[in-house]
Amino acid sequence: MKLVVAIIKPFKLDEVRQALTAIGVHGMTVTEVKGYGRQKGHTEIYRGAEYVVNFLPKLRIEIAVTSDLAERAVEVITANARTGQIGDGKIFVTPIDHALRIRTGETDSDAL
Amino acid sequence: MRAIPCRAAASAAPVETRLTRRRRTWLGAGCTLLAAGFATPAFAQANTINTADTAWMIVATALVLMMTIPGLALFYSGMVRKKNVLATMAQSLAAVTMISILWVAFGYSLVFSGHGPWLGTLDRWFLTGMTMDSVNPAAKTIPEALFMLYQMTFAIITVALVAGSVADRMRFSAYLLFSIGWFMFVYVPLAHWIWGGGFLGSAGVLDFAGGLVVHLSAGIGGLVAAKVVGQRHGYGTENLSPFDLSLAVVGTGLLWVGWFGFNGGSALAANSRAVMAIIATHLSACAGALTWGAIEWSTRRKPSVLGMISGAVAGLGTITPASGFVTPWQGIVIGIVAGLACYWACTWLKLRFKYDDSLDVFGVHGIGGLTGTLLTGIFATASIGGASGLIEGNPRLLLSQLYGVGVTLIWSAAATFVLLKLVSLFVPLRVSREHELEGLDITQHGEALQ
Repeated sequence: MKLVVAIIKPFKLDEVRQALTAIGVHGMTVTEVKGYGRQKGHTEIYRGAEYVVNFLPKLRIEIAVTSDLAERAVEVITANARTGQIGDGKIFVTPIDHALRIRTGETDSDAL
Repeated sequence: MRAIPCRAAASAAPVETRLTRRRRTWLGAGCTLLAAGFATPAFAQANTINTADTAWMIVATALVLMMTIPGLALFYSGMVRKKNVLATMAQSLAAVTMISILWVAFGYSLVFSGHGPWLGTLDRWFLTGMTMDSVNPAAKTIPEALFMLYQMTFAIITVALVAGSVADRMRFSAYLLFSIGWFMFVYVPLAHWIWGGGFLGSAGVLDFAGGLVVHLSAGIGGLVAAKVVGQRHGYGTENLSPFDLSLAVVGTGLLWVGWFGFNGGSALAANSRAVMAIIATHLSACAGALTWGAIEWSTRRKPSVLGMISGAVAGLGTITPASGFVTPWQGIVIGIVAGLACYWACTWLKLRFKYDDSLDVFGVHGIGGLTGTLLTGIFATASIGGASGLIEGNPRLLLSQLYGVGVTLIWSAAATFVLLKLVSLFVPLRVSREHELEGLDITQHGEALQ
């Protein structure tokens, strides 16, 4: 089992969600986050007062998938979150030791 | 009151023709009006009241009150940070509630009863002697009570305007004391000097709807207050960007529409001059917004919404003294100048002199009122308001306008400064640094936006 964490541009969420559903990923957790990478921030100007905004709004998607699906999920996210512009985000994949569905008590791949 | 037969007209024509008969009727009506005027020298009686004028002035009064709540409250609070939104709205609310009562108590009387050069009288203290049919000599076709109420809304918004320069840091109790004092020692004398028969009005200073009385006085008061209270914590180093500019856009819309009552109502009658004032007002706002947006577009590559609404308010403030004296196309020119001058004040001037006028009360209203008052001296058109300015060959008007600007500037600056020093003897002007960082909403009012 793998946990795929993707930081993406907020307006790409719908495309990514639909594509993941299409390959059989049936759940995800989405969080609104702020951060910066190579894109750095941007400058806002209010009546001549300039402010550098370091942290930009992004979405953090978390999906737990079986190991054989993980690679495919990463491909799909990459294809759908990509604009080619700086600031498209990153994907991290980590192993999951254990998983459990709270309602039924099912464990590991049955719980995903 | 009965019509008194007009003897002059009755014995005027030995040969009766239809024409002279008609003229006699007309002269008779004139005599009636004259008799009404002489009957009570200070406050004329009711038979001059015109229902159309009264209806329009009731609407105009409501429009101007709407400019402060919710207009100015939204305009201002949209530009502060989220932790100070309610506190900023509270300042507008406080101005409405306190100044209304003070205006009835003594403000109206000191401004608009009596013709002393410096101050009016206390004859109308708590509206003493005001009856259902009394009228003020300044507006003989509407009930005096309505005139009083209309002028009240001007006092309210002027006091509320000043607070914008010290937003984000002034202690609420200090603001209340300061507002009461500022109303008594800045607004009341200035309004009397210019509108109530005082020395500036007598010297020929023209201010149709408050370029000096409202905007320059509030702007200068704001500038001095910003200097005395000091900069916000983090000014120039931290991000102090506005919480929600969409609130400010809604506020601007309410101000803009309300300004039709502000300037149009200053004709004090439902007549063509009111309409001309409204047209010039609207066009100036449009030209101001376009100018500010265009400057930003060309110098910073993007026209900002804050820039466009700032330009609109700059155009509105600048046309205020001139509306009712200028033609529509001159309103457009005034709006363009407003956009240029106020943009310069809010960007270059503010940075150069390092004052933290949080919401640009001086940059927009002060510079706007000053510019508009001087432009009135240039553009005043006799066919609109009965006064000629520089372009109609009368340079003297520009000199009186300069005189008005000078007196307003010095008085408002000096009185504001002394007043703030006085208030600070009783209560600190600013909140503590901890409270400023935590936000005024929670520390001053015990509530917060989630």
